[in-house]
Amino acid sequence: MAERCAVVGIGQTKHDTKRTDVSLPGLLREAVGRAFEDAGVTWRDIDAVVIGKAPDMFEGTMMPELYLADALGAVGKPMLRVHTAGSVGGSTALVAASLVQAGIHERVLTVAYEKQSEGNAMWALTLRIPFQQAIVAGAGGYFAPLIRAYVARSHAPEDTGIRVALKDRQNALKNPYSHLVFPDISYEMIAESPMLWDPIRYMETCPSSDGACALVLASENAARRSPNPPAWVWAEAMRSEPTMFAGRDQVNPRAGRDCAAELYRKAGIEHPRRDLDVAEIYVPFSWFEPMWMENLGFAPEGEGWKMTQEGATALDGDLPVNPSGGVLSSNPIGASGMLRFAESALQVRGQAGAHQVDGARKALGHAYGGGSQFFAMWIVGSDKP
Amino acid sequence: MRGGDGRGTGGSLMREVAVVAFAQSPSVRREVERNEVEMLMPVVREAIARSGIAKSEIGFTVSGSCDYLAGQPFAFVSALDAVGAWPPIVESHVEMDGAWAFYEAWVKLQTGEADSALVYAFGKSSMGDLPDVLTLQLDPYYVAPLWPDAVALAALQARAFLEATGRSERDLAAVAVRSRRDARTNPMAQLAGDGNVDALLAEPYLVSPLRKHDCPPISDGCAAIVLAAGDLARRAVRRPAWIRGIDHRIEAHALGTRDLTRSASTAEAGRRAGVGQGSVDVAELHAPFTHQELIVRDALGLGDGVRINPSGGALAANPMMVAGLVRIGEAARRVLDGEAGRAVAHATSGPCLQQNLVCVLEAGA
Repeated sequence: MAERCAVVGIGQTKHDTKRTDVSLPGLLREAVGRAFEDAGVTWRDIDAVVIGKAPDMFEGTMMPELYLADALGAVGKPMLRVHTAGSVGGSTALVAASLVQAGIHERVLTVAYEKQSEGNAMWALTLRIPFQQAIVAGAGGYFAPLIRAYVARSHAPEDTGIRVALKDRQNALKNPYSHLVFPDISYEMIAESPMLWDPIRYMETCPSSDGACALVLASENAARRSPNPPAWVWAEAMRSEPTMFAGRDQVNPRAGRDCAAELYRKAGIEHPRRDLDVAEIYVPFSWFEPMWMENLGFAPEGEGWKMTQEGATALDGDLPVNPSGGVLSSNPIGASGMLRFAESALQVRGQAGAHQVDGARKALGHAYGGGSQFFAMWIVGSDKP
Repeated sequence: MRGGDGRGTGGSLMREVAVVAFAQSPSVRREVERNEVEMLMPVVREAIARSGIAKSEIGFTVSGSCDYLAGQPFAFVSALDAVGAWPPIVESHVEMDGAWAFYEAWVKLQTGEADSALVYAFGKSSMGDLPDVLTLQLDPYYVAPLWPDAVALAALQARAFLEATGRSERDLAAVAVRSRRDARTNPMAQLAGDGNVDALLAEPYLVSPLRKHDCPPISDGCAAIVLAAGDLARRAVRRPAWIRGIDHRIEAHALGTRDLTRSASTAEAGRRAGVGQGSVDVAELHAPFTHQELIVRDALGLGDGVRINPSGGALAANPMMVAGLVRIGEAARRVLDGEAGRAVAHATSGPCLQQNLVCVLEAGA
């Protein structure tokens, strides 16, 4: 790449079921204001705005970037709107980073959000005739069979999902922005929660959240003037594959494996589990932690569950995964990917507060979407690449 | 930002990138037999074949579309089937006209991460009631509930434009006559004809001061472009259409806060793209309404010697999310074919020309 790119400002909202206290612009401005404060910049310092969110039908506003241009200070500037399904928060950050890496802009504001309380995600996610038979089973209905296939292949212990949920919900107690907060969370509470889509229990599922995330990305030159330590982008990668065709492995999709391979090659990482200090990955249903551990090359195929069972992915494990509480704790869909990218940057800047991983210097941010077919990832570090 | 050299985001420090192929479907009022994937497949295949670059060699793919046209989420997801994304590809999507996907592809090539890119866009407006669908683009709290449709908003702008500039409805009709005459030689166009100004002015208003001829058709269609950098472009085609400058700007959404009779964002993007730094042979302007062509033309400072919309423009075919990319394709095609040495393409998005992109294309190394 031509130019180095750094994260110099990070902001997110308090995530909640219904943020009735703010409008759409108000929600975004809460995140942007925090990112600006962190970066020590104002609207005048921003060259371009890149915004991302999942389907417009979640809120009922078509191409909302047009309406949000005013509130995001984009008037007179370039503005792009990215939409790549659930991976959108990640790919939006990558498009914004490419504007800096190409040497076009010095500082780019990127924002992702979802205000799910404005609509009904289960409805909005359901395709209908003539596109396909309407199932109205939501994302859980789509992913549960993949999880069952994973369990059958790997012979993972049945409570692996429960242990992921317990860890992420305990981590969420250390994150002031978390949507779901269960102070007395326990193994039993999760195990005894209702089964929604076998084997996914209620407490192993992500919420529907209102929330936003904002990043200020800067060139090396602009990063020099930022008050807080930057997180340097070491590598980035995106991959897509079709939703379905005969023989497609949806449990361990090739797009994810290829994406991770390119990412590690660019970042000079030979052993991801050893070389990375922390990972924020997109786990909307508990079982996706062990599945992605394998897809991302942290564990051999069929053995990702061992990392969960052995506590390797806990906050004090050798590869903490989702110290923020992850998607299981806050899920404003369009922002969920960018939150993973933001949390990875917070870790290497030493700004993650109570959920900081000691000494984290290199971190993975990961997002996926569609039918496990769209992937966006980056690696950020405390040091310059 | 860079661009202080007056060449905009296509300044001298930029990597040389060119359009090497363009293909589009015919625009039709209602495509009933084919879905979006089926419409796209031959167009994508044609663009790739014309580029001379093997599909497996294309480094980046990016598309533009909008879920609200089909009334279904994730329109772009199934469209991926038109590309054959296997083995997995490096791919992205904007919920915008394909012209902005084209911009993202140009940026990707600037980073050096890819040497070629496929850009495609598709839109089937026939799936819904387009003027009403576009109302959902408006401020959801204060404007959309009043339900002004797209034609009404354009009429508001046209009225302000006519009153501010002293131009007449006759000037608007002349734009329509020229566009649809030119469309007679464009086999992809939807509306073509040999009308005359007096006959058109005898027609009743649709929404005053706009008559039916001042408005675009409602179209289904799709398009694809292949971009390549440097020597790859030179090897691919005899006469690449080099991107000498490209820039886009957005204005305020609140209609009351901007001067609807001008297009400040087009002027700024045009200045940064370097439109005025040479003579322009041909310009493809994305002006769905007649008065908008005059506004955009003024903003870009295009004089009488410039051939405007030889394709017939958006007044002859206006597939939503596609028509902007088609302007770039039509302008590039004239450079590729040797008809033009320097061409300008313009794309717009949002009500009353809210967001605008300008691209300058040239022949020669």
